[in-house]
Amino acid sequence: MGIEITSPGLSTTVQDRGRTGHYNVGIPQGGSMDQYSAELANMLVGNTGTEAVLECTYMGPAFAVDEPTTLAVTGAPVGVLVNGEERGQWRRLELAAGDSVSFGVIAGGTRFYVAVRGGIDVPEVLGSRSTYVIGAIGGFQGRALKAGDRLPVGRPAAALPSGDSIPEDLRPDFAREQRIRVLMGLYDHRLTEGGRANLLGEAWTLSPVADRMGLRYNGPGVAWKPREQPFGAGSDPSNIVDAGYAVGSIQIPGGTQPIVLHRDAVSGGGYAMVGTVISADMDLLARAAPGTVTHFDEVTMEQALAARAEAPARLEAARAALHG
Amino acid sequence: MSTTAAGLAPARYTWGGDEFLFVEISEAMSLAANFKVMSLARALADAALEGVVDICPANASLLVRFNPDLIRPEVLEERVRELEARLEGAGQARLETRIIEVPVWYQDPYTAEVAARFREGYHQEPEGSDLDYAAKVNGLADAAEFIRRHHEQPWIASMVGFVAGLPFLFQLVEQEKQLQVPKYLSPRTDTPELTLGHGGCFSCIYSVRGAGGYQMFGVVAAPIFDPSQRLEDFADFMVFFRPGDLVKFRPVEEAEYRRIKDEVAAGTFRYRQAPVTFDLDAALADPEGYNRKILEALNGH
Repeated sequence: MGIEITSPGLSTTVQDRGRTGHYNVGIPQGGSMDQYSAELANMLVGNTGTEAVLECTYMGPAFAVDEPTTLAVTGAPVGVLVNGEERGQWRRLELAAGDSVSFGVIAGGTRFYVAVRGGIDVPEVLGSRSTYVIGAIGGFQGRALKAGDRLPVGRPAAALPSGDSIPEDLRPDFAREQRIRVLMGLYDHRLTEGGRANLLGEAWTLSPVADRMGLRYNGPGVAWKPREQPFGAGSDPSNIVDAGYAVGSIQIPGGTQPIVLHRDAVSGGGYAMVGTVISADMDLLARAAPGTVTHFDEVTMEQALAARAEAPARLEAARAALHG
Repeated sequence: MSTTAAGLAPARYTWGGDEFLFVEISEAMSLAANFKVMSLARALADAALEGVVDICPANASLLVRFNPDLIRPEVLEERVRELEARLEGAGQARLETRIIEVPVWYQDPYTAEVAARFREGYHQEPEGSDLDYAAKVNGLADAAEFIRRHHEQPWIASMVGFVAGLPFLFQLVEQEKQLQVPKYLSPRTDTPELTLGHGGCFSCIYSVRGAGGYQMFGVVAAPIFDPSQRLEDFADFMVFFRPGDLVKFRPVEEAEYRRIKDEVAAGTFRYRQAPVTFDLDAALADPEGYNRKILEALNGH
């Protein structure tokens, strides 16, 4: 059985939990940007969690199913239309053969997720079905979907849960203001006191230049300490000898716009990083729409690890709610 | 002789959030720093610590991704510090690697066409070519002299990354002989696949088409990233270059470039390559003499 794409949407890709182990040759981790929303979509349709889903950006696709299909839509708030009739997010939907699915306009956030029972069954590449568009690997033919694509659907690997919707209190927020926790470090000693104070004390606004590679913010800018540049580092004080980039790290080329790298980031380059968004807040970043007012709050490693440890409990609560 | 004899201070350790340890071997680029990065990366890989997810050697620093649910950050840092300390006393710095001949068409029409689209507002000297500019800022007579300097001495892949399989290359010559060229004033939105680029003291080969800010000197004839793994050089992995690979560029003209393209299409192309043991001290003591020795390995193959 399968899904036939009739309209691809703005940028719809196949994603899963991502691939690690190849960052040393520039292949990024990839995977659903908002992992929590993608996990809940899989949970609703009785998938194990490793199955691939569709990540839809701003404007969703339209597609038809050629067999009875169990489906759920999570993530950014959007109207879910089956044969033109609104059916809702965060709940399991049963489709009949020939049904068509389309989406309204998102009312916040950036990305929503479509899971089908059995998962999108494209071949694994380097241990993952995630699409890495720049390298043209993974996903459906290594690219964003196009009209006419037929996506195979896999066999169900687990039983359906008894519940069919995610309780409101377990759904993520898609607010227009965010507090993002950051562990400072890397090259933060090269910022001036004022530059550091701007990054951590002022409000920054997400620009439209935000995608799977990274998110660029507008704000007051920062200043770098002037210095004699080391050999091979480039001429600007925001330059370093090209180094590996941590996922979530914040670079500020020229001191103007901070860029936070996300799951499809380039693996390295010549811009100094001054801190890193903690792993627990990477999903939150993925939910930001352009214009989101953002505060970067400094935390310690202990606080970062404590925040990370809270994430499984939330998923467990969702699982418990579904399985009653 | 240890790597510190080359004048390196102990590394600086810092965190990239709760999943990355960043080890800065040196702020400045040098062969000795890169060698220490690669030695530390290999030692860490050999240690096979549970919870270490990615070991990413870069030009003068090492990035380690870990799963803090499996290894505490401070435990990882302590282990890497121990490995670093052990390197200091490890005696001769040697690297088992290979030398690869990479055919390149300098001054090709493909990069020239793209360069022509990104002049005003992008390039320091919109009137001339990237190679003319590179020759000028290095005080060389013309593009031909720059090209000769570029392929005469070999390079080391000091880092692989940015995008899938892209090698950063550092030339095996004294610092005062390094070719240095500023990047474009503003990055291009397009770079042809397999462009030979240069920014700062690094050359690179763009493994895929896309954005880029390095000056463009030519185009490499054979693939370096092949997800279909059709060619023999890609039988084990879709990425050709590994950190530590040595590269000798060989200039080719259009006819040979086309012939290589045909071999690639027929699936018969193989990079000319030979295994070598690279000795840091010998390379630092007499770069050009040592380079001649390395090239013998390639030519005797």
